[in-house]
Amino acid sequence: MNYDALFTLFGISTVVSPAVLLAVVGLPGLVGRPLSERTTAGWVEAAVIAGLSTSIGILALMLLSGTRNVSIELGNWVSIPQEHFRFHVRFVFDRLSVPFAILSFVLTGTIGAFANRYLHREPGYSRFFQLYALFLLGMTVASLAGTIETLFLGWELVGLSSALLVAYFQERPTPVINGQRVWSVYRVADASFLIAAVALHHLTGEGDFAELTGQGAWPDGVASLTSHEALFVGLLLLVAAAGKSALVPFSGWLPRAMEGPTPSSAVFYGALSVHLGTFLLLRVSPILDASVWLCAAVVALGLSTAVFAALATRVQTDVKSVLAFASLTQVGIITAEIGFGLRYIALVHIIGHACLRTLQLLRAPNYLHDCRTLENAIGADLPHHAEFADRWLPARTRLILYRLSLERGYLDATIDEYIVRPFVRLFRWCDARERQWTDLLSAKRQAPAAGEQQNP
Amino acid sequence: MSLYSLPWLELAIVLPLFGAVWVRRTRDVDTARLHSLAVCGLALLCTLAALTNFGGRWSVPGQWHVLVDLLARTPVAVDALNAPLLPLVSLLYLLTVLGTLRTKGVSFSFAGLLTSEAILLAALSCRQPWILIALLAAGTIPPWIELFAHGKPTRVYSLHMGLFVVLLVVGQALMSFDGGSSRLSVVASTLLMAAVLVRGGIVPAHCWMTDLFEHATLGTALLFVTPMVGAYAAVRLVLPVAPEWVLHGIAILSLVTALYAAAMALVQREARRFFCYLFLSHSSLVFVGLETATPIGLTGALCVWLSVGLSLAGFGLTLRSIEARAGRLSLDEFHGLYGHIPTLAGLFLLTGLASIGFPGTLGFVGAELLVEGAVKVSPFVGIAIVVAAALNGLAVLQAYFRIFTGSAHVASIDLRTRLPERVAVLALSALLLGGGLYPQPGVAGRYNAAAQLVRERDQRLAERRLSFRTSRTAAGVASNFQ
Repeated sequence: MNYDALFTLFGISTVVSPAVLLAVVGLPGLVGRPLSERTTAGWVEAAVIAGLSTSIGILALMLLSGTRNVSIELGNWVSIPQEHFRFHVRFVFDRLSVPFAILSFVLTGTIGAFANRYLHREPGYSRFFQLYALFLLGMTVASLAGTIETLFLGWELVGLSSALLVAYFQERPTPVINGQRVWSVYRVADASFLIAAVALHHLTGEGDFAELTGQGAWPDGVASLTSHEALFVGLLLLVAAAGKSALVPFSGWLPRAMEGPTPSSAVFYGALSVHLGTFLLLRVSPILDASVWLCAAVVALGLSTAVFAALATRVQTDVKSVLAFASLTQVGIITAEIGFGLRYIALVHIIGHACLRTLQLLRAPNYLHDCRTLENAIGADLPHHAEFADRWLPARTRLILYRLSLERGYLDATIDEYIVRPFVRLFRWCDARERQWTDLLSAKRQAPAAGEQQNP
Repeated sequence: MSLYSLPWLELAIVLPLFGAVWVRRTRDVDTARLHSLAVCGLALLCTLAALTNFGGRWSVPGQWHVLVDLLARTPVAVDALNAPLLPLVSLLYLLTVLGTLRTKGVSFSFAGLLTSEAILLAALSCRQPWILIALLAAGTIPPWIELFAHGKPTRVYSLHMGLFVVLLVVGQALMSFDGGSSRLSVVASTLLMAAVLVRGGIVPAHCWMTDLFEHATLGTALLFVTPMVGAYAAVRLVLPVAPEWVLHGIAILSLVTALYAAAMALVQREARRFFCYLFLSHSSLVFVGLETATPIGLTGALCVWLSVGLSLAGFGLTLRSIEARAGRLSLDEFHGLYGHIPTLAGLFLLTGLASIGFPGTLGFVGAELLVEGAVKVSPFVGIAIVVAAALNGLAVLQAYFRIFTGSAHVASIDLRTRLPERVAVLALSALLLGGGLYPQPGVAGRYNAAAQLVRERDQRLAERRLSFRTSRTAAGVASNFQ
């Protein structure tokens, strides 16, 4: 059996099916002629099934042939040979990317089927599935990326689709404000990622993961960086991962993202998008292994996020925020696992958590309905059992923790107070000075202040 | 006469001039618009024909050699640098006319548009310094006429453009007649640098741009700034002769402008000023790349020049279409226009994202090349470019949310896009996405232009060094005899 030909066929099909879906649902929308619900649903189903089948097919072939690492080279998208510049497109199927790709197709397929009914006759039905297609393409490309540039490409697509889906209910200002907030954090993460990618290129001359981490299949690669180089690049990648996965101090965006429709909350912020940061850390795990301090930073960030989220989830007043912080708790633990060097456990944890959280978020509206039904039946609130904190912590401590959790760690407030407001004040002041200067140059007379006497 | 031997470039320049005269005599706005559309379309076809014939791909039949030889002596020509710029500019003018609704057509001068197109195409085709300077100076006149005709303040614009012209003329004069003196050459380079910075709107000489956007029609302002004539002047007049420190000076000031303008775009309350600062930030990044004077940096700058020119022009034209429906837009409130004009919303987002180099769009590879080239000069420059791009991305989406979402807009008239606007949307989208998905031909072309510019610079600098040495030697010999 010609495994190479089959690998190439399946590999390309896995990447092409979401791309085709995006073209089919996106282009008609751009010219103001969106597809009907039925046609859209048909294409979504076909694309997901095609992608899932081919990714499972690759997994089967890898098991049959005993191959741990399959590389699909698509050549140079752009190259300037004289300057040794190239943008190489390569997809890699290994023990990290294949499970993640399959997970992506399974969960997005589930959500696609759910959303087809949930958003039936909604004015934004087409818009949802355009962004859904963009997200699916981004996740597929990011999961299977064999170079850091390709991963960045998928990373950006996921970020844009996420932010726009948070603002899905765009007739209200709150979802839009929250969408902008999510986008702001993502841009910080993207900038950090890009700087890390550029730094990697210049330290090693490579962006290809196989060259960066040696020829060993994941997770057995060895980074071709010194300890200090790994610390520098790794910290940048950690900031990028923190932004994407809502780790402290960027955790404020996750509950805000629950403004979006339940299907997108389930798949993006409960399951896939929120794990993209941890996926990045797993992908560059050989770089983590090269620096002890970097691993310590990863563990510290993960554990602090887990503790913070575990407290915050207990005081939320709506079910989606509860689940958002619960999700964040697990993401924090996964991050700590990666910092401790546990690769497969982290991967299994991601897969299990993503599936569970998707189920919980989709089930959340029904769960509330069930709770109300029970309470109506018994004629009282459902009983609340005392937890560890209720039994062992002093009242004052519980009060402080309660306040801290309710304010979500004052993270957003701190960012607003010490970064956003000074920034806006400074540049609005510059704007006012510029207007004065322009008025001066144009000899525009200033309107007299109230109470001043005008010349006759 | 064979089609191959027609002077396509000259036709592309002359047609709009004749068109301007013809359209000026037309009183009816709709007829003027239709005629302008035809002229701009023909000019675009001529530039494409000139581009296709670039490099002498078409052979000239024998009996037309004399005519072609005569035409070859005109100061305009297509080369690797301006080859894609000419059709780009023609396309921008065509799209501007196409997207001009009747509400805008009343105050918009089609004759002025065609005149400025002719001047701009001539300037972008010209390599001889003095003719180029004359055309650049002439190009500043149509916006002034429009401001004056509408009773808008002209002082800020006049001061800055006057300064630009004076600096250009004096600088080039000193450069041309420096008599082998390196000191005079340095002064000349500085003056030319200053001229380019003023025209490019580099901080602190940028307030003329915000003033122009505030007072001129949006179409005129867009067409005046988006071709980035300042960058062209920098490449033709400054890059070949300027010493390293001049280039570093331009790069530093441009980098500061890119960051400053990106931050300013985020805090703007008016859509036009927001656009102006967004454009300033991007155009400054082009200057940063140009002044690296390395093949990879120049390639990045030339790629970004094209992508920013196309995407931000499209962005501005979309804004113009929205203004035609909703008037001047405040970014302090939510307008909720998505329900009425989803196509324009999509294009707004696409062009805005293309300008920041979003993956899959025309600007992505250019941005990567620019960062790559900048990092080779200094890693901090690369980081600053990434930060500026991140801020610009924030500003674009913020504007999108303010204009299209956040509320449900109630309109008493039909705001849907018209057929000409949809055609413009399709054309722009095709270019931005097509160029983004298949960028290699464009990048290869820009690299050739960049390599040629570096070779020319090295050659001219070597000639000037020889000239300085010769004049110093002659001065030394003369003083010995004394």
